[in-house]
Amino acid sequence: MLVEILFWFFASVLVVSALGVIMVKNPVHAAMLLVLCFFTSANIWLLIEAEFLAVVLVLVYVGAVMVLFLFVVMMLDINIEAMRARVTRYAVAGGIVAGVVVFEIVSVVWTRSMGIDVTNGAQMKPAGYSNTAELGKMLYTDYVYPFELAAVLLLIAIVAAISLTMRKRPGLKYQNVAKQVAVRREDRVRIVKVPAEKTAEPPAGETKP
Amino acid sequence: MIPLNWLLTLSGVLFAISVAGMFINRKSLILLLMCVELLLLAVNFNFVAFSRYLDDINGQIFVFFVLTVAAAESAIGLAILVVLFRVRRTINVEDMNILKG
Repeated sequence: MLVEILFWFFASVLVVSALGVIMVKNPVHAAMLLVLCFFTSANIWLLIEAEFLAVVLVLVYVGAVMVLFLFVVMMLDINIEAMRARVTRYAVAGGIVAGVVVFEIVSVVWTRSMGIDVTNGAQMKPAGYSNTAELGKMLYTDYVYPFELAAVLLLIAIVAAISLTMRKRPGLKYQNVAKQVAVRREDRVRIVKVPAEKTAEPPAGETKP
Repeated sequence: MIPLNWLLTLSGVLFAISVAGMFINRKSLILLLMCVELLLLAVNFNFVAFSRYLDDINGQIFVFFVLTVAAAESAIGLAILVVLFRVRRTINVEDMNILKG
């Protein structure tokens, strides 16, 4: 019973914050509400025993992707008023499409499952069962090539993001590392032989300041 | 235990909200990217729910890969957004007519 109550609570928070994401005027508020969405979804995933993915969702999305979004939103000077000029024209069409999508999905889900015990086969895992260990076993045996492909994909994403956003500004002074490394001692240091001098006696009559 | 119906319905509602968001915010590129993230989250809900109720861990592994691709997509998308803003000083979708498409 507690699980059901928690599910309803999280589901309502999720739907309300998702509506907030698409409704609020300020993109910063939208990003914050999206963080709430991801966090609530992670909680629901914990309820249905996908613990590893719940933690990954919080770490990757809340910790990395949404921070990136917030960086970009705050870095760019976005004119919010111009963006919201003609919202209502498309809100009607969007509402109709969303209503149709919900109707279709709900009708399929609830008619197909009529008379079937859908909770069957979803027994609680025994104590000591590790979702992370199970995922790890599959990931490093059956899915090892897709896993490595995913790693390559992330590398490509890093290279693409950096090469897109990095720019060489003309006025900037850069270090030439090759020249710095190739320099020899003789190029920089000149040893001058200076004969040692005797300290001169201060002339009589002159006082030290 | 939570019935599968509830989870699938929640996922459908979330999907519909993000589709509606694409219509409503069709001028702001950054909100469109956020809606794409929300859409992928809704799809991941289906994978996790079915993985749970069919007792098959493969669904969760697929969610793992979807998360990877979504993270890469948003990183590159935001990089393109920053470059676009640098060139045009705007992220309005209607101002993107450099290619005369």
